[in-house]
Amino acid sequence: MDYFLSEEQLMIKELCAQIAQEKVIPVRAELDEKEEFPWEIMKVMASSDLFGLFIPEEYGGLGKGSFELTIAVEELSKACLGVSTTYAANALGTYPILLFGTGEQKKKYLPDIAAGKRLVAFGLTEANAGSDAGGTRTTARLEGDHYVINGTKQWITNGGEAEIYTVIAITDRSKGPRGASAFIVEKGTPGFSFGKKEKKMGIRASATRELVFEDCRVPKENLISKEGMGFLVAMKTLDSSRVGVGAQGVGVAQGAFDEAVKFARQRVQFGHPVIGFQAIQHMIADMATEIEAARALVYAAARYADSGAKDVTKVSSMAKLFATDVAMRVTTNSVQVMGGSGYMREYPVEKMMRDAKILQIYEGTNQIQRNVIAQNIIKEAAKAK
Amino acid sequence: MSLKIDKTKCMGCGACITVCPYDAIVIEEGVARIGEYCQLCQACLSSCPEGAIMERKEDQAAVPSEDLASWRGVWVFAEQREGRVAPVAFELLGEGRKLASARGTELSAVLFGASRNDAAELVKWGADKVYYCGDDIFRGFADEPNAELLSRLISKHKPEVVLAGATAIGRSFLPRVAARLKTGLTADCTSLDIETDTGNLIQTRPAYGGNIMASILSPRTRPQMATVRPKVMKTGRYETGRHGEIIDIDAAGIKARTRVLETIKATESGVNVNLQEADVIISGGRGLKGKEGFEMLKELARLLNGTVGASRAAVDEGWIPYCHQVGQTGKTVCPKLYIACGISGAVQHLVGMQSSDVIVAINKNPEAPIFSAATYGLVGDLNEVVPLLIKKLRERKGGQ
Amino acid sequence: MKIAVCIKQVPDTAEVRINRETGTLIREGVPSIINPYDTHAIEAALSIREMLGGTVCAVTMGPPQAEASLREAISLGVDEAFLVTGREFAGADTLATACALSGVIKKIGADLIICGKQAIDGDTAQVGPEVAEFLDIPHVSYVKKIIEVNAESIKVERMMDDGSDIVEAGLPALITVVRELNTPRLPSLKGKMNAKKAEIKKMGAAELGLPPEVVGFNGSPTQVKKIFTPGPRGGRKQLEGPLEEQIDALINELLEKKCL
Repeated sequence: MDYFLSEEQLMIKELCAQIAQEKVIPVRAELDEKEEFPWEIMKVMASSDLFGLFIPEEYGGLGKGSFELTIAVEELSKACLGVSTTYAANALGTYPILLFGTGEQKKKYLPDIAAGKRLVAFGLTEANAGSDAGGTRTTARLEGDHYVINGTKQWITNGGEAEIYTVIAITDRSKGPRGASAFIVEKGTPGFSFGKKEKKMGIRASATRELVFEDCRVPKENLISKEGMGFLVAMKTLDSSRVGVGAQGVGVAQGAFDEAVKFARQRVQFGHPVIGFQAIQHMIADMATEIEAARALVYAAARYADSGAKDVTKVSSMAKLFATDVAMRVTTNSVQVMGGSGYMREYPVEKMMRDAKILQIYEGTNQIQRNVIAQNIIKEAAKAK
Repeated sequence: MSLKIDKTKCMGCGACITVCPYDAIVIEEGVARIGEYCQLCQACLSSCPEGAIMERKEDQAAVPSEDLASWRGVWVFAEQREGRVAPVAFELLGEGRKLASARGTELSAVLFGASRNDAAELVKWGADKVYYCGDDIFRGFADEPNAELLSRLISKHKPEVVLAGATAIGRSFLPRVAARLKTGLTADCTSLDIETDTGNLIQTRPAYGGNIMASILSPRTRPQMATVRPKVMKTGRYETGRHGEIIDIDAAGIKARTRVLETIKATESGVNVNLQEADVIISGGRGLKGKEGFEMLKELARLLNGTVGASRAAVDEGWIPYCHQVGQTGKTVCPKLYIACGISGAVQHLVGMQSSDVIVAINKNPEAPIFSAATYGLVGDLNEVVPLLIKKLRERKGGQ
Repeated sequence: MKIAVCIKQVPDTAEVRINRETGTLIREGVPSIINPYDTHAIEAALSIREMLGGTVCAVTMGPPQAEASLREAISLGVDEAFLVTGREFAGADTLATACALSGVIKKIGADLIICGKQAIDGDTAQVGPEVAEFLDIPHVSYVKKIIEVNAESIKVERMMDDGSDIVEAGLPALITVVRELNTPRLPSLKGKMNAKKAEIKKMGAAELGLPPEVVGFNGSPTQVKKIFTPGPRGGRKQLEGPLEEQIDALINELLEKKCL
């Protein structure tokens, strides 16, 4: 379907498709098998200006919005979710600086991020704080000109590989959620170390590690916004990034679907290509319909965010929820359409199915998304009275 | 030259529009019109069901035939590398002799570098005359001295045909000769023929990645120059008693602006990579799925005393170096036995190996085009077939 | 350093199919691309510019559509682009093409000229050396490695049939390059946006000072007499039965033919 992309948006799509085709597809199976971080691909994306996509032009970026990022993430996700997760997590880590950073902080960090010289990660989740952000245990205590951070963040995408980390820590426990603050911590700061790389079901090219803070002293200027703003920073960041997860869902679903259709045209059983059988045709029709619906919703949510709307939470949650549930169904059914071949590592859909699962879990499980959507509906209904 | 539409024949069906790669044809008032984008590629000529597209050559200046007739004789440039004459020279003398006989004229060889003894050998391979220059400047290969001296000789002696090997050397410096003499050069020919009356050399070569063959003429200029693929032509008879004339040439005043500092020989541990001289080639393609697949083929190659080849797909994947590539953009080979493993058989590959004596194709897709070129076709999974073949060959060898 | 890269827009031959009935190429839907060897030439030029500074210009001869390939070159980082175009250039063989390309290079001037080894449609590998001859400068073909380059000279490794040569040439010079030389970069978004707006300088024979009889069909000594498709091979034998029997049969056949 034609979504009336502008000339520049088409360029972004075309370029990301080219990178996916020439640089990602040839190595994706190997990256997955070896659980290898895709540095080579990140370098290509850096020199192609893709890290600067959503960063304002004054900081060396291209000044594009959520929709352009959506297009880029979707194209990459068609080829490999491990790679697109690495790229999208960089955006996730950057949003706190972009949305709430001081002029100084932006000047210091955004140009390097836009150029792809330094990768970023976002540190929110902890052992006792995932969906329940109130369980955060990491603390930051002001001592003279420095904050002293203590605690451990877990399952941090790009952990260890990134050089810039935006981290949420409690500055005043007595204030509950209003006692959290956001900080910028650079790799190499004394007292800041990493746990071992996690072994995951899917997205194995992406790196997931613990961030360990032991009396880690960061300069006072690294506080993002004000003390107590940490949860707002985190929530607004997730509002911005959530559509990107939806875009990942659309991408991986499309990638798996294309493989399944190609295979079904070639595979002959009972003297006919299996695509000739109605059972397969109906599965394909359902998959295609769901993908198109997910894409339409994700695109609409991204465009809505770019319009400057304030209440993007509900629609971005809907986009994330729907598109990632579709991704799981479509990748699973693509494996089914391909039968035994689909289950083998020789074909990419097996990996796509493993990869897709994370989309229903990270950046807020789909159960939490439903809560968020429902809460917003209740609020709206109350207001309407 | 131009292409014109016969408006009385054209039905406006648009068949020509679909084949035109330059979007140069439009239908106006029910008939086709060839516009300014036309590149004279002639793709439309054969597409027209009514034969309404015509080729008009009137605008090319006619050349007086006596000018062309003053060019006589067939020449073969015999290339040498480190003093050794390349085998393609003997093949060209074989082919050159046929052309010379058809035109009732002499066959000469040109040898720059190597020894006077090598020049005498060229006579035994069939040359009536050998223009020989032993100057040191020809020790390492440099384009300009070769181009300069050959151009001088051609201008002086006026041969009608000049052939050279389509090798790294021939394909590099012959274009300079053609540009200097403003004459036609056809690259990488796989067959040659001559019109006995006009003396026009019919030069046939693959193009479009080997998808098509084109026959090319240079009717207005002489000499007609062509580079010819090694291993395509048959060598002439070597006769020790044959006599010929060796003419010594002086390279005075010839300079090179490039300098060879070092020569590196290609070697690869274990397996010989000289594809063009191999009797047995075991080639692998995309079906091998990776570098490891080639290990299996190397084992088979060692067993059969052969060499490992590869399709472009396998080389592009980085599974094996380019020097193993067979096909349009790689080497042309004609071993006694060519075993294609997991190669689908794109035309680009077929042109490089189809003249092999016996071709065995192993592929799991029974529809793979490689089977149409094969002497023996075996449908099956490489990972089963090749190890079993290795095992059985070992057993037989052991049993002998 | 001023570097000129000669490029050609070609149909992607990997996608070309043959109509077996008519023996003609089916070019419908076949995408036009920059000749793959030329993308390595562009990459070489850009990386030399990154080292030594200077400018890179891309030159092509072709129909107006060839402009797209020049824009693609600009998206990769090429500074300037020249399109030699006009009816008078139609039907050119390698000699007439080299004549036109050298005409534009003479006009813009270049210290180093880089060409792809050959174009994948014609596969002649002749235009590069012919351009060098028209310009009266040295050339080195089949370059697989650029060892050293400075304002005065270039040192390269050239592929030969039996290995390679290390060759040095004074500048100005022309080299033709093979695929092993480098990995071509992908375009950048800013490059693509630039390419959209960039001016492509167009030149005809008159601007290049070339008389009509040396370009296009009139300046081409070679003519295509006929085009045909290579015929299929006969005498095929498909082996059948269980795998083991097939292999035994194969070995027996090969022994009979004295292939083993």
